Amino acid sequence: MSLAGLFLISFLVVHLGINLLILFDKSLELFNQAAHFMATNPLIQLFQYVLFFGFILHIILGVVLQLQNWAARPVRYQKKGYSEQSYFSKFMIHTGAIVFIFLIIHFANFFVKAKFGHIDSITYDSGTYENLGLLVVELFRDGAYVIFYVIAILLLGFHLDHGFQSAFQSLGLNHSRYTPFIKGLGTVFSILVTLGFIAIPLVIYFSF
Amino acid sequence: MDLTLKIWRQASAGEKGKLVDYQVQNISSEASFLEMLDVLNERLVREGEDPVAFDHDCREGICGACSLYINGRPHGPDKGITTCQLHMRRFKDGETIVIEPWRAKPFPVIKDLMVDRSAFDEIIQAGGYVSINTGGVPDANAIPIPKRDADTAMDAAACIGCGACVAACKNASAMLFVSAKVSQFAVLPQGKIEARERVQNMVAKMDELGFGNCTNTYACEAECPKEISVSHIARMNREYLSAKLVSQIE
Repeated sequence: MSLAGLFLISFLVVHLGINLLILFDKSLELFNQAAHFMATNPLIQLFQYVLFFGFILHIILGVVLQLQNWAARPVRYQKKGYSEQSYFSKFMIHTGAIVFIFLIIHFANFFVKAKFGHIDSITYDSGTYENLGLLVVELFRDGAYVIFYVIAILLLGFHLDHGFQSAFQSLGLNHSRYTPFIKGLGTVFSILVTLGFIAIPLVIYFSF
Repeated sequence: MDLTLKIWRQASAGEKGKLVDYQVQNISSEASFLEMLDVLNERLVREGEDPVAFDHDCREGICGACSLYINGRPHGPDKGITTCQLHMRRFKDGETIVIEPWRAKPFPVIKDLMVDRSAFDEIIQAGGYVSINTGGVPDANAIPIPKRDADTAMDAAACIGCGACVAACKNASAMLFVSAKVSQFAVLPQGKIEARERVQNMVAKMDELGFGNCTNTYACEAECPKEISVSHIARMNREYLSAKLVSQIE
């Protein structure tokens, strides 16, 4: 669970890095070049299956753990629990489930179209690429989609804020000196990733 | 103080229970929570009713017998104490107090507020000991132990096994209890000999009994009357992972 989660976190960084290229180059050349590289490099093609495995493992383990946890308290309390606890940790299955739904829609919108659909080509000085950037820009011109995307990313941020530091604890990495730092790092990381992903649809919607 | 109590009444494990309202009058604010329940029970006995069953023993916060989920918190609203150390001055006159038993699949209700916590004994039996097979008592100073390790072991050994961690956890996980029992031996030379088997056996027993999984929510640490740290959970995870990685198939 923790290892799969940390692996998916590392994937998010790569994904965000490539997406942000859209904002730095309105001609979309940088992004299309990067997308072309990701789609054709054999090592990355191979790694794609590792990534799928990571997602499936994380989701299946998460669901199994949650079912076991619900089963561990068949008779619930009448009075709601008031124990102090880390807030986002209470909703990991809920944020996770919504992010999963987002993932399916996201997959249908981008991955399936890029892999199996027809994408128009665009020619730059550096060469001819499939214009995936245009696909992104066109989707984010739809205000409803932007709102949905932003909400999903916010929930992903909440999921990450607990998940990041929780992964270290589950692996036994707890230390009076480093644990506060890891928690802080996790929060900063979650905020940065959330802001990064949210910035892209907002900038496209309002200025492209 | 006059109070309204909503107490979980359940005649036996097999029967259905429900919250029953009781009014208690003229309770001293200096009375302990259990004394307040004693006052109620004496009245119930006088009236020919069945008194409320609840666990208690030493009433000085060290035996781990008392429990009670009071207004949504194990051992009531104060930090670092057991229910027997809770006093009525912590409540307001006229307040309604909801009292429920610990809720977890491995802690079935015996009667009213009493639950069967022998699941904890089974976990201890699975490995929470140091085997001493023969010989006389060795000299205490023959095995040097660093002060820091001794302190860590003592902090873990402060666990009284009351089950508040399980009661507080949204997953009904026993990780704080089991990790305290693993840690108190894991840092001492006497306990290191059986460390690998101990952690694997105790975790396996905990899972087998149907406790939930740890999602690092830390309600256990917040509610533990002995304020056991979740760093022990990390130590147990560490012990478990390394034991699994290096243990040989025999």
